[in-house]
Amino acid sequence: MKNDQHSHHEISLVVRRYLFVFGALLVGTIVTVLASFIPFGIVAVNVAVALFIATVKAFLVAGYFMHLISEKKMIYGILVATVFFFAGLMFLTVWAMRPASIVHIKNVP
Amino acid sequence: MEIPYTVHARQDTGLYNAKLGIWLFLASEVMLFGALFSTYILLRVGAAPGTWPHGLLNVPIGTLNTIVLITSSITVVMAWASLKMNQFSRFKLFQAFTIMLAMTFVIIKSFEYHDKFTHYEVILNDGKVVDGHLVEKTQEHVVIHPAAKHGQHAAEVKIETSQIKKMENYGPWHNTYLAIYFTLTALHALHVIGGALVIAYLWGPGSQMWKTDPERFTNRIEVSGLFWHFVDLVWIFLFPVLYLL
Repeated sequence: MKNDQHSHHEISLVVRRYLFVFGALLVGTIVTVLASFIPFGIVAVNVAVALFIATVKAFLVAGYFMHLISEKKMIYGILVATVFFFAGLMFLTVWAMRPASIVHIKNVP
Repeated sequence: MEIPYTVHARQDTGLYNAKLGIWLFLASEVMLFGALFSTYILLRVGAAPGTWPHGLLNVPIGTLNTIVLITSSITVVMAWASLKMNQFSRFKLFQAFTIMLAMTFVIIKSFEYHDKFTHYEVILNDGKVVDGHLVEKTQEHVVIHPAAKHGQHAAEVKIETSQIKKMENYGPWHNTYLAIYFTLTALHALHVIGGALVIAYLWGPGSQMWKTDPERFTNRIEVSGLFWHFVDLVWIFLFPVLYLL
């Protein structure tokens, strides 16, 4: 017996959702490129906008293409642990970037 | 002895073996790329003001590669959905597109790499700098085609070897930005190649399993797809960070 646990109708709905996400990802890519040419005045704003759009796109890929919006608790458990360690890594990075700890290579005698 | 839970999920976890395995593997991959991203952030912020290079990469080509990878993600999920609907020939068609898109990504990337390895910065004895692509190199002279400025093409420059103090291409050794660019993109490209090889195996000889154990085969396609989407996800962050900021 072949795969019959999902009805054709159910899969067709999922496929329609995939195509919508695909369109959203293409639009997101174009918006990212266009936003990078907008002079916001502060570089940090450009960085924040680019990373925000990238995060939305990542959510769409992980949520819908990787089915994370309807996954099992075990997967969420693995991801919570990953996010914890990833956040720790980024915290250490940001902590190391305190003005007091940065030494520009140019200024080293 | 038969290995349990290769097709059906365990009752307590709700997962089959391969799915649990791929998510644990992806968790380790997050940390690998996370470490390199944090390295990038440290190098970027630690660079003296005005020294971080901009505009070294071709944004339209990077955008094209992003679209190629996003398109390959949709073909992967469509291939999986085709198997769920028992449409094996559609699965074959979609995965063939995925493999072609993966190859397109790698080919475009190799053109970008080639462009960097033929792009030279030549420092002359008098301190002048000639920056452009290498056209010709002999023992006596080199010919450089300087990059177009403000839309105007510059003429080729012939430089005698005796006039050259230092000559270096834009490889990973040229500056910190290019070092982290090559590290991140080469690691990502290796993932693309690895993922494409697995997908190609499951498209070719590995697809025989569809005849004997279709549910297990569909699970394999789902797992290879999860890896592929992760590769796409990494690129979604690499593109703006390296090309646009």
